[in-house]
Amino acid sequence: MSAIPSSSSATGGRLPGFVEVDNTAETPGRRATLVSHMDRFNQVTRQVCQVAESKRPPFAWYAAFAVSLSLVGLLGFCVTYLFFAGVGVWGLNNPVMWAFDITNFVFWVGIGHAGTLISAILFLFRQKWRTGINRFAEAMTIFAVICAGLFPGIHVGRVWLAYWLFPIPNQMDMWPQFRSPLLWDVFAVGTYFTVSLLFWYVGLIPDLATLRDRAKGTIQQFAYGLFSLGWRGSNRHWHRYERAYLLLAALSTPLVLSVHSVVSFDFAVSQLPGWHTTIFPPYFVAGAIFSGFAMVVTLAVPARQLFGLKDMITLRHLDNMNKIILVTGCMVGYAYSMEFFIAWYSGALYEKFAFVNRAFGQYWWAYWIMVSCNVITPQLFWFKAIRTSIPLMFILSLVVNIGMWFERFVIIVSSLANDFIPTSWDFFTPTWVDMSTMLGSFGLFGTLFLLFCRYLPMVAIAEIKATMPQANPHWEGWHAPTSHGGAGSAQAAHASPSATHAPDAS
Amino acid sequence: MSRFLFPRWTNALLPFVLVLGAVAPLYAVMFVAYGFSPKTTEAGYMPVQPVAYSHAVHAGKLGIDCRYCHTTVEQAGFASVPATQTCMNCHTQIHRDSPKLEVVRKSYETGMPVEWIKVHKLGDYAYFNHSAHITRGVGCVECHGRVDQMEEVSRVSPLSMGWCLECHRNPTDRLRPVDKVTSMAWDQKAEMTRQQREALQQTFNIHPSENCSTCHR
Repeated sequence: MSAIPSSSSATGGRLPGFVEVDNTAETPGRRATLVSHMDRFNQVTRQVCQVAESKRPPFAWYAAFAVSLSLVGLLGFCVTYLFFAGVGVWGLNNPVMWAFDITNFVFWVGIGHAGTLISAILFLFRQKWRTGINRFAEAMTIFAVICAGLFPGIHVGRVWLAYWLFPIPNQMDMWPQFRSPLLWDVFAVGTYFTVSLLFWYVGLIPDLATLRDRAKGTIQQFAYGLFSLGWRGSNRHWHRYERAYLLLAALSTPLVLSVHSVVSFDFAVSQLPGWHTTIFPPYFVAGAIFSGFAMVVTLAVPARQLFGLKDMITLRHLDNMNKIILVTGCMVGYAYSMEFFIAWYSGALYEKFAFVNRAFGQYWWAYWIMVSCNVITPQLFWFKAIRTSIPLMFILSLVVNIGMWFERFVIIVSSLANDFIPTSWDFFTPTWVDMSTMLGSFGLFGTLFLLFCRYLPMVAIAEIKATMPQANPHWEGWHAPTSHGGAGSAQAAHASPSATHAPDAS
Repeated sequence: MSRFLFPRWTNALLPFVLVLGAVAPLYAVMFVAYGFSPKTTEAGYMPVQPVAYSHAVHAGKLGIDCRYCHTTVEQAGFASVPATQTCMNCHTQIHRDSPKLEVVRKSYETGMPVEWIKVHKLGDYAYFNHSAHITRGVGCVECHGRVDQMEEVSRVSPLSMGWCLECHRNPTDRLRPVDKVTSMAWDQKAEMTRQQREALQQTFNIHPSENCSTCHR
């Protein structure tokens, strides 16, 4: 699988015979290793940077990029066609006025949540294993929100008036409806994107400086230099960086909960049976984290394989993520059953019908795909053998992604298709434009992600070094160089593993 | 180590970059809000008409009532543009051979109307009814300005939605007795007290709607 040319990297050549270290077991009193096979800081730097520094990426990257880029072309074509012909090219019609567009929107926004959870909440809780996966999970968040933002933008019908989504002063004296959750959504997703982007970028600065310092070409030196904002790794830089990072983590933490809550208000605030439920905000947030982690696993498994990151994204990382998938999968399953219970317990005729119809009505197949993918499949993660099996977790994460897409489809379409008046009932059938636009959004996501993998450090180099035992000043393997004396060696040992001066710990 | 750090002279750019970053979005919003507004793009529109007809002479100096020509304004949504016959009521007697009236005479002979250019054009998506306003005390001058002083008619109002709403939200000061509707020089703020205008609003039972469907039917 690995196609990294051994000449471009000192450690890449080791990969074909790579032995996966099982660091999933808990040993009391000892911290599990989060970085395997490496005992020097610059090995980490080299291993991460070699992706951006190699002359050409592995063949699989080209193959994936070709597919993704073609899908972006398809997306461009579909969107252009939509603009010229109008939303009638989609399968939407009265009473199903929202279908694939909003399904894709909610799906993509949900995907993003894992990135923010990893980067913010796990950071505040000092979960050190986050350092292996946070960088590309955050990148995934940003790209997912871009894909999500596309759909409300294009589904408005008259796209040239899409700026009406924002409260901009205008000659019409016209403002968006501030009482509508659709406007709250604009603010929620906008804030989410801005904060995620800032968080991601601030975290990238030291690593961009590392790439700048290692870059051979002038263009690379200038580009990485420009975006690393003159970072030189001084103590003052690090101090401010750590403050900024902490503040951004604190800012993002409420967003993990608020964004998808607000997205759920789009439905919960309306009066449609099947939408009008108070369980929606927590249920949506759990579903978002569930799908987000599934997507992180889906991306992590090939990425670590392809770019030689198995030492930093270890089995323990994957095992932890699978546990989160299991937990959130159970929450989602609980929410599904509670919806049914409340529909029965409320005694509301329409509510009862909506849920029976969901499971046994015209969209029964979508409902049972959803249940089997989201509730039954994750239960397999109770078994450690499955949690630590790379092929199985990859397949299961894909299954969860499919299930979560269907969850949004079931909620949106089955509720709309059979509302209060039987005479207005209808069946939504997607057109080829619906299908292609959805595929195209995956292409956009893939293209952005592959470009990120190629040109930016996929793992937080500076952060992950701090989780290595060698970074601990009391590390037993540390031998102070005798020539420098006590004070000098203590200083060297305390120095953060900075971008520009990664200390060699031997 | 050859690495790119920002050269010293870039420090001088920092304040500009910061100011630009802060001001540019505000500028863009204001540019669209005010620059694209009909206040900027359309108010003052004064096309050259096929006939050099002077409202200043007819409505101002001669004091012809607006309704002499725009006959339907009290009964219909649309204030009609007069037929050539209306012009010829007088001009068969006065200035019979004026070269300025050549187009009008030709129209009278052939029966083909003069192609006047519309100055006050609302979008097709906006419904406006002249009679609803005229018969309840909104003077012509409120929207059209001092037409009696215009040699050639130009647009004084932006006719934007915000401009319509301005009056719909606060109609009291724009009201006058119905018999003063067409008098251009008469100013209700000088001639009437606020109480009188409020009484007028009561009498006419004016509660302007701001719903979308009031105008976008």
